[in-house]
Amino acid sequence: MPRIGVFVCHCGVNIAATVDVERVKDELAKHPGVVYSTDYRYVCSDPGQKLIQDAIREHNLTGVVVAACSPCMHEATFRTACASVGLNPYLCEMANIREHCSWVHQDKEAATRKAIELTRIMVEKVKRNQELYPIYIDVTKRALVIGGGIAGIQAALDIADGGYDVVLVEREPSIGGHMAQLSETFPTLDCSQCILTPKMVQVRQHQKIKLYTYSVVEDVRGYIGNFEVTIRKKARSVREDLCTGCGLCMQRCPARRDGIPSEFDRGLGTRPAIYTPFPQAVPNVPVIDREHCRYFTEGKCRVCERVCPVKAIDYEQQDEFVTERVGAIIVATGYELISPSLYGEYGSGRFKDVIDGLQFERLLSASGPTGGKVLRPSDGKEAKVVVFIACVGSRDRAKGIPYCSKICCMYIAKHALLFKHRVHDGESYVFYMDIRAGGKGYDEFVRRAIEEEGACYIRGRVSRIYESNGKLIVKGMDTLSGKLIEVEADIVVLATAMRPSDGFEELARKLRIPYDEYGFFSEAHPKLRPVETTTAGVFLAGACQAPKDIPESVAQASAAASKVLGIFGAPRIEREPTIAVVNETTCTGCFDCERVCPYNAVERKEIRDRRGNLIKVVSSVNPGLCEGCGACVAACRNKSVDLRGFSDEQIFAQLSAIAI
Amino acid sequence: MSTHMKHNTVEVTNTMSGINLKFAYYPGCSLSGTAVEYGMSTKALCNLLEIELEEIPDWICCGATPAHAIRTLFPIALGARNLALAAKLKMPILTVCAACFNRLKFAAHELKHNSAVREKISQLPELLDGCKVEQLGDINVLHLLSVLHDIYGVERIKGMVKHSLSGLKVACYYGCLLVRPPKVMQFDDPENPQLMDRLIEAIGAETVDWAYKVECCGASLALSRSELVAERVHLILSDAKARGAQVICVACPLCHVNLDVYQVDADAKAGQKHDMPIVYFTQLIALALGASVGEVGLNKHMINPIPVLSAVLKVTG
Repeated sequence: MPRIGVFVCHCGVNIAATVDVERVKDELAKHPGVVYSTDYRYVCSDPGQKLIQDAIREHNLTGVVVAACSPCMHEATFRTACASVGLNPYLCEMANIREHCSWVHQDKEAATRKAIELTRIMVEKVKRNQELYPIYIDVTKRALVIGGGIAGIQAALDIADGGYDVVLVEREPSIGGHMAQLSETFPTLDCSQCILTPKMVQVRQHQKIKLYTYSVVEDVRGYIGNFEVTIRKKARSVREDLCTGCGLCMQRCPARRDGIPSEFDRGLGTRPAIYTPFPQAVPNVPVIDREHCRYFTEGKCRVCERVCPVKAIDYEQQDEFVTERVGAIIVATGYELISPSLYGEYGSGRFKDVIDGLQFERLLSASGPTGGKVLRPSDGKEAKVVVFIACVGSRDRAKGIPYCSKICCMYIAKHALLFKHRVHDGESYVFYMDIRAGGKGYDEFVRRAIEEEGACYIRGRVSRIYESNGKLIVKGMDTLSGKLIEVEADIVVLATAMRPSDGFEELARKLRIPYDEYGFFSEAHPKLRPVETTTAGVFLAGACQAPKDIPESVAQASAAASKVLGIFGAPRIEREPTIAVVNETTCTGCFDCERVCPYNAVERKEIRDRRGNLIKVVSSVNPGLCEGCGACVAACRNKSVDLRGFSDEQIFAQLSAIAI
Repeated sequence: MSTHMKHNTVEVTNTMSGINLKFAYYPGCSLSGTAVEYGMSTKALCNLLEIELEEIPDWICCGATPAHAIRTLFPIALGARNLALAAKLKMPILTVCAACFNRLKFAAHELKHNSAVREKISQLPELLDGCKVEQLGDINVLHLLSVLHDIYGVERIKGMVKHSLSGLKVACYYGCLLVRPPKVMQFDDPENPQLMDRLIEAIGAETVDWAYKVECCGASLALSRSELVAERVHLILSDAKARGAQVICVACPLCHVNLDVYQVDADAKAGQKHDMPIVYFTQLIALALGASVGEVGLNKHMINPIPVLSAVLKVTG
């Protein structure tokens, strides 16, 4: 016979003001199987927990129901309290009479009746609860970091410094990401490359980091602690083991004259067909862009092969696949900027001197295509008047995206300031909606740009840009003075919105992680689990989760790294035992469960007799992968799958209790 | 997020001879008044293209720009009446006047998406002439520009050109009503429309990329604040001229009046003669396809376009 104890919490007035907790206690005391029922002001407090522990001992309870808040809040608290006096924690459940009852109702009588019913339902479940024990999984203590921008670099270094091996995969020829493109960084004006490149070199030299550049994650199998990752190393056409990075091939490449637009300079500069994105590239090994290389397109040239002193050029190289086993994965795939093509009023990308923020970074950068001079892309003349337009795409429900891209207010102020440093007699105008400068030293920085560097801030939107006599005519509104404004500009910089980088859908599918409607990967909890995903063992860092600046990306990367170190530091991983189990006797092997499982946790198992003859093939749930979602339980046609802790028997008992 | 607007589909019957197009034609008031040449050239063009126009019997005014400035429901009631009359013909509506196009689209949009409006209009059965209010929102309202571009096809028109306008530089002026509000009008890229440019290029002319193609001409403020319109017209004409345009091509009778008739005011205000002919796209295309000057009403403009056009085109009397 079950012996259930019921503990009804007042939660101060949170519950007691709307629910007659004494009546709940009294009614439950009469419920079959309940041997002890009481109420208390705060059951989660130490004396409250002691109340439960004492009752378990005194009344020899076989199950505990705490009628209080959401199990998201305190399930762990009460289960731990039970376990400490020898009751299996999975025999303790919570009836949510706060979020599901007192907080959402006003009628005390009705709320009390509902609270009684909710508690009874849970008592009926607990009567059928079984003792469950955590699942333990061994861990491969190596991590995979996807994306070699500042977030990926930081995460990889932190884990490697913690003493564990890291595999870092970057799809571009060099690590560094967008940060390598920046000139200076706000609000301290540190030279971006000067603070980034030492970290890049550290990655290259670190004993514990295995670096794959010009490579993509092709496939991910397995589960937390035991992932098997296939990496495609794209054919570089240059042997990494031989190349010394002397750069002779790049200097002599005849395609240099063709002016292939440099991706790194965002089309403002050119590069040869054999190239490294920038001089400090890590690794300093070029790749051949086969689409533009004369040998690959026309069948003759081979100049780079002839000039290479170490015979590192290999035109025959093919994509190579390697498999790496890792225990945890950090996704740090970063961002891209939206295209201005949506904005016909700003020229939709037709005007050469209307550029985006990253292009302006390249113009400001000392290693950029203009050597740090602010020259107009159209005619190469020095710009004297630059107009910055904030929120192009961001916070635009009509055409763009509703969210704020967060970094633009700050980088515009930086741009205006740096422009003044480069062109002393230059003028800058900033059209803005409002200035969002929350952060250490941020608002001071914006004030400095306005007050000391003379950036002219105009609150209002730009309605149209057009070219006239080689100048850009910017028409806008100053909403503070109510006047229409026309600025004759040399360059217009659009602060275009941040979006997730290309390929996020494919990667999300491979990793089985969710993303929001704009493509940013979703964290497991917006406040309390900001770096975890809903897939165990997969973590997020940087702007792939939401628009972020450098300090935030670095902080999140370190947080993700510490989560990974936490997993690696424990001897084994403990997982919740509330997973699906297959009744192998009744399973017919239709594998509907395999098809519906979002975590690829269903495997096929052969049942053989003693002589080794195959009797049948049935489903089997991998406890490392199963997240206990229950999709397979719903899909199974003959009820051969059940969820531990949420069995059909328990659910039906709960449903029957509603009718009482 | 794409602004590439979807155009309403039209049932197109492909016959042996090609596309057979038939529409419920809504000319609107201007086409028998200030814009008579727009009406003439539309008819001439549709004849040449074998596009059949069946005029909606008993159509009434669309309300143009004044009606919705005073009342919200009134212009929709006018639109509902016209949609109901067109519904009987069981064909998509075709119009060339930008204001009519705008008002009919707007009425259909409101009737489709606003249940309160539907409710009120349904209480006026005499307006609906036996037509159900629910079906009005689904009636297709098309402008001749999108019919030519999206259904008839630019290439097809190109193949029919008899007198190429090559050598003529044209500024295509769309104004406000064709493209705004974008959610309702669903007409091309509202900030940088291209339909008219593509059609004018198809007949051999060169179009100029200019700044004022969707700027407002001042519309009916020509009557109440004429100095403001004179200023707008001056800006529009000067930019077109600065970019080398010899004529401005329009698709709206009101734009035409302001740019053509009030050009003298703009001249006076700016102290210079603009001398910029303003023509309808229907006139240019019909001319290129073989229509005569008289058929397209080329002699009905204040600023005579014939000299500039005859320089590139041997137009027949």
